[in-house]
Amino acid sequence: MTSRSPLALRIAAGAGLVFLHLPLLFIILYAFTSEERSYQFPPPGYTLKWFAVAWNRPDVWAALGLSVRVGLASTAVALVLGTLAAAALSRSRFFGREAISLLLILPIALPGIITGIALRSAFSLVEIPFSYWTIVLGHATFCIVVVYNNAVARFRRLSPSLVEASMDLGADGFQTFRHVVLPSIGTALLAGGMLAFALSFDEVIVTTFTAGQQQTLPIWMLGELIRPRQRPVTNVVAVIVILVTALPILAAYYLTREGENIAGSGK
Amino acid sequence: MTVAVPAAPRESILRHLSDVLVARRGLYLMLLLVPPLLWLGIVYLGSLFALLAQSFFSIDEFSGTIIREPTLKTYGELLSPANLDIIERTVLVSAIVTLLSALIAFPIAYYAARYARGRLKAVFYLAVMMPLWSSYLVKVYAWKLLLAKEGVVGWVMERLGLAGLLDAWLAAPLVGGPSLSVSYTGMVLVFLYLWTPFMILPVQAALERVPVSLIEASGDLGASPRQTFRRVILPLAFPGVVAGAIFTFSLTLGDYIVPQIVGPSSLILGQVVYTQQGTAGNIPLAAAFSVVPVVIMGLFLAAAKRMGAFDAL
Repeated sequence: MTSRSPLALRIAAGAGLVFLHLPLLFIILYAFTSEERSYQFPPPGYTLKWFAVAWNRPDVWAALGLSVRVGLASTAVALVLGTLAAAALSRSRFFGREAISLLLILPIALPGIITGIALRSAFSLVEIPFSYWTIVLGHATFCIVVVYNNAVARFRRLSPSLVEASMDLGADGFQTFRHVVLPSIGTALLAGGMLAFALSFDEVIVTTFTAGQQQTLPIWMLGELIRPRQRPVTNVVAVIVILVTALPILAAYYLTREGENIAGSGK
Repeated sequence: MTVAVPAAPRESILRHLSDVLVARRGLYLMLLLVPPLLWLGIVYLGSLFALLAQSFFSIDEFSGTIIREPTLKTYGELLSPANLDIIERTVLVSAIVTLLSALIAFPIAYYAARYARGRLKAVFYLAVMMPLWSSYLVKVYAWKLLLAKEGVVGWVMERLGLAGLLDAWLAAPLVGGPSLSVSYTGMVLVFLYLWTPFMILPVQAALERVPVSLIEASGDLGASPRQTFRRVILPLAFPGVVAGAIFTFSLTLGDYIVPQIVGPSSLILGQVVYTQQGTAGNIPLAAAFSVVPVVIMGLFLAAAKRMGAFDAL
């Protein structure tokens, strides 16, 4: 389409984007406010002192540490399982294929509270005590689909003739995977892994059911939202969380964008 | 891309294994699928069935212990007027959120799909991805700051001389309340903010798949741009809207944190599930309650599949 866009459309689209972005900017502003107890706007003054206060809070560090460890483990599990599923489903047609792709989507298509309470009741039935691993179990389950989505798109663009050529030249399946397939899907896996990490790092609903007494960073924040203790520290943590999730997303975007011109995908 | 030259054929176990797998495609597929299916089957489906089973147990009203005998008593309880009220309210809120998010999302998706090119298109994509992926709780928290009595929205309305309008809105029944942060208006706003990006992406994907030649043909056959939009573009984009609705509807249906932080005192489904399994300790009722969104989403997914919405995901 070469015609110019209608003015009303531009206004509606612009207003929508403003709606989606403005609130997060206010969070950043509030991290510097000198007002301690209320949500007063505009802030009466600006200060950096809350960053120092947050830095010295051991509970924030503990929650951050747990979140990172859970995110890494869940991402690792999701990378393996998501890639396997993508390799199987990307090209073949077989009985039950649809059911399997539905099963992969289900953990994010059904409300998180269902996943959460289902896992919790299963843990209690099988008498698994809450631990770091019960959190990972929940997170990995809904992270699989993120890796799967990224990997399956790349697998479909990977030309089958490349794989056939490799086999014709005498490579076995494992060599072909190592030298041909993996380099082609590598960036998609990295992107999927980063998104899975961001998803896990941020997850709160499933975590509230599977965590027991442990606090991931979102659980810590939820506690502060319900029973605020030191509001400015929450503001600072919110800004940190924005950064930790934004960076993987930006990175994932650049990784998948470059991957669009992958060898053998021309036709 | 560099393709390394493979070494001379290896006479090894790996080689044999590889040959077997290449020859027997079914076996190869099965081996690939076993680990993810085991995980999802045991951890996820297993848990879901455990949950379903619990909904057929009941609770002893005096001792509060769970009686592990199959009964429909809990479902009878679920269908009491008070509980049906909660279900109805939740579905209504989810439907409103879905509808409004489609309205906000459509112009953004339409612009991005039809007019944005090159750099601008990338900017649009990132402008949708960033809020979609940024932290859920941070977003809820941001709205608490915005909607609070002394917060940003109140300040802006006052500066614009619209404080009277805000007060009138808050005085209105149902949508109003003591302040925006404890009203249905506030709750719906936060849900919209949280889920609209989930609507934009599938709608944009559907719009991008509308062939330009169809739009040109419609114009050539004498349709005005408005008619083309209504008769050609909109029907073809509809599966995208349904795909987006899967997310907006399901996410609202199950959320219990937003209504806890922003919203009126009347409960919605997620909150009930949470309190029943937690403080009330009535796991069977919580399980029965959580079957409701599963059934609703099941029907929704079946309808969506029929409309081809899965291709737009």
